[in-house]
Amino acid sequence: MNRLIPLFVFFALVGLLGFGIYWNKHHEMSEVPSPLIGKAAPDFTLPLLYEPEKTISGKQLLGAPYLLNVFGSWCPTCQYEHPILTQQIKPLGIKLIGLDWKDEPDDAKRWIAQFGNPYDALITDRDGRAGIDFGVYMAPETFLVDAKGVVRYKRIGMFTEENIRDELLPKIAQMQREASR
Amino acid sequence: MNRLLAFATAALLLGLFALDAFAIDPLPFKDRSEEVRFQNLTKQLRCLVCQNQDLADSDAPLAGDLRKQVFEMMRAGKSDAQIKEYLVARYNDFVLYDPPLKPGTWLLWFTPLALVLIGAFAVVRIVRARGRLAVAAHAGVKDNVNSGDDDW
Repeated sequence: MNRLIPLFVFFALVGLLGFGIYWNKHHEMSEVPSPLIGKAAPDFTLPLLYEPEKTISGKQLLGAPYLLNVFGSWCPTCQYEHPILTQQIKPLGIKLIGLDWKDEPDDAKRWIAQFGNPYDALITDRDGRAGIDFGVYMAPETFLVDAKGVVRYKRIGMFTEENIRDELLPKIAQMQREASR
Repeated sequence: MNRLLAFATAALLLGLFALDAFAIDPLPFKDRSEEVRFQNLTKQLRCLVCQNQDLADSDAPLAGDLRKQVFEMMRAGKSDAQIKEYLVARYNDFVLYDPPLKPGTWLLWFTPLALVLIGAFAVVRIVRARGRLAVAAHAGVKDNVNSGDDDW
């Protein structure tokens, strides 16, 4: 029996290392889970991109769920995500707010003109303060906020067909079940 | 040729210094102690963009914003603990280089200790077992010698 102990230790190590490989393949190592999930979204009042004298605040958005998509004209991945927003997120019928993060409004307008506007509203966070309150650290990032203003889900990086199907849609379904109850 | 080389080197060096100056945005510290406190605090905070760098070192744009935020909070009279709390509420414990001790991090904190204890236990057992073997072997030799005597 004692002779087998090294063998057990060996298999335990193989298991541990194997788990490590599996884990790193299925998780983006640089993803920092948001502490905001399940909590009220931070309040913000930000100017509209096309009418900077007008603002939208978090309080105004209460009453219906919305997706807050953080992007920037300087962000290459946002270009890849853009057609997915147009073709797959917009048809979901949830209000899609674009947060132009740490960007020059003129650059953002040019970017939107070039690629199209999938957003129901576009707001700007030029100095990145609102982004910090939301714990944004890269672009794109997307927050799903429910009708009561609670953050339900955060996507770090771009939406893909897989994570829309496996993560976003179940969250939306869960929200709708709760709302209809 | 030599002149050209010297010129190129000088230009390169100047460029490097310029980069260096660009990396750290100057903040208007009122005295040395405030600066030391700021440096000390930002060294304990992780940059979320380049995650193996601290806030003090990183020249990612977000790190610059967060440094400014930390500086303004210091000016507003917030304590180091309050500033850390502010960042943890937004960016998770991950912003702290030193993870706090709580049930979720027990594994992280105590696994090394557990491994050392297991190792120590194994060493003690092996040494004891070898000691017994050596005694037994020694006794065996004696027995042989004795039995040799007995043969006489």
